[in-house]
Amino acid sequence: MATSSAAHPAKLAKRRFGGDEVAYCFTLLFAVSILVITVFLVWELWVHSSPARGKFGLGFLTSSLWNPVTDQFGALPFIYGTVITSALALLIAVPLGVGAAIYLSELAPPRLSNTLTFLVELLAAVPSVIFGLLAIFTLIPLMREYFEPALQSVFGSLPLFSGHIYGVGYLTAGVILAIMTFPFIISVSREALMAVPREQREAALALGATKWESTYDAVLPFARLGILGSVFLALARALGETMAVTMVIGNDPKIHASLFAPGYTIAAVIANEFTEASGDTYLSSLVELGLVLFALTMIINGLAQLLIVLTTKKGSAKA
Amino acid sequence: MTMRKAVNNLMLALCGLCAFLTVSSLFLILGYLIYNGGKSVNLDFFTKLPLAPGEAGGGMANAILGSAEVVLLASIVGLPVGFFAGVYLAEFGSKTFSFVVRYTADLLNGIPSIVIGIFAWTVIVVPMHHFSALAGGLALSLMLIPITTRSTEQFLLEVPRSMREGALALGANKWRTIATVIVPAARKGIMTGMILGIARISGETAPLLFTSLNNQFWSTGLSEPTATLPVMIFTHAVAPYDDWHRQAWAAGLVLLALVLLANIAARMVISRGVSLPK
Repeated sequence: MATSSAAHPAKLAKRRFGGDEVAYCFTLLFAVSILVITVFLVWELWVHSSPARGKFGLGFLTSSLWNPVTDQFGALPFIYGTVITSALALLIAVPLGVGAAIYLSELAPPRLSNTLTFLVELLAAVPSVIFGLLAIFTLIPLMREYFEPALQSVFGSLPLFSGHIYGVGYLTAGVILAIMTFPFIISVSREALMAVPREQREAALALGATKWESTYDAVLPFARLGILGSVFLALARALGETMAVTMVIGNDPKIHASLFAPGYTIAAVIANEFTEASGDTYLSSLVELGLVLFALTMIINGLAQLLIVLTTKKGSAKA
Repeated sequence: MTMRKAVNNLMLALCGLCAFLTVSSLFLILGYLIYNGGKSVNLDFFTKLPLAPGEAGGGMANAILGSAEVVLLASIVGLPVGFFAGVYLAEFGSKTFSFVVRYTADLLNGIPSIVIGIFAWTVIVVPMHHFSALAGGLALSLMLIPITTRSTEQFLLEVPRSMREGALALGANKWRTIATVIVPAARKGIMTGMILGIARISGETAPLLFTSLNNQFWSTGLSEPTATLPVMIFTHAVAPYDDWHRQAWAAGLVLLALVLLANIAARMVISRGVSLPK
């Protein structure tokens, strides 16, 4: 030890005080703990879902039977509910969110823009159970009495808008998810739009384009990856959202063609049935649903991060 | 030309309408919650235990205390881990390994909260054989760690290079520079990130459903099932009793007020802190 240190006097000085290396190792420990936690989480989900995986195999994902009494479990109704409610949410939230982001970045005076963005960020901080509470007592009656009958009277011939109206169901869950996700779309899209270089706008305006034409033809294409990233981010939120959806989805583990029908999502069934689940197969089926949800959101989140990284790099390089 | 102008005006007006609709939803939420919750918040709400359905009155004192307990526990575990991991990423990390840690932290941050709940259930509730405040606190700390890590890193990186160089030039070694110059310079930002993180986890319900569960009475320890405000709001809102609904509104108002106040306070601090020289 002594001889090898003597060969490198600089290293010796470092080792003797050791502060830097202690600090390095100490903080490294915590950084590594993040990796360990994440790997451990996946491992635990994998292990605890093994009875269900062994019994149903891949058929778990394609079976639409969910019957705790006969110990038959299939994930399809929940996957369907999760995907359809998230898709509905995006259908509503993307135009609203991107429109609002355009207003905030292109039209509003900076002061107003900052104030409104602050309010939108506050909206993102509202706990999901509070959205659920409001939805139960305001949104569900509104949907049942006004929106859904109106939709049915216009589009009633389509299977999507037919059938009995309950108030709870896919569409109501989609609407509440839309309200919960547009703050993410607005704040990330606004950032992406604001990263677009000024010259892009000025060139279009100088060529005689109107404000809207310059925004639509010159600014939006430049920020499209960032906006797409915000959409994926919102999608990941919507897929994993639990409480608000659980309170309005209607809890019916079947696939219905109608958007007005009650359904179920992966997160909602875990929230409702986990503490009541008796028996290994039942519990591990719920854990496996968690694993499916985890995989879904991981893929979507990964894509979102990638897109956001790509655009911010591109934007800053050209600015 | 007039056609193009008309399209221009129409589309710009539509964008304005989108902004108006989205922002107004915050005020609708606030207004409706204050209207309904305001009628039910009284002294009893903060001092009494919940009553059985059918009995009027009662409060959620145990849930308020329980929430504080679980969030405090989560902070004690989550804040230091997140902080030091953030210091590592900003100051020590090699390029590739930092990327891996950063990416994993973002993944962890994106994991649905209900899945975090399952994880806490498998590692704490199953071995201990019962639901506990400890499991709830741990579940919330797992959500707090990545938030704290990323915000700490971000604010440390914003400290001007000249401050680092100045300290190093005076002969301080790296850890001393970090501890006495860089972290104090980024103090405001780091605190803000932590407050926002705590505000975020205080409203979380899903990870607590099958970790700290619920309790109609005072919980007697960390290893007991514990009532929390968000879970109380959920169980009271979905129950068919009018009295419980009133309690849920009151709890919703109190929870939202706390979360929004923390957010506003934290963001005010941020906006004063950006005067740092670049």
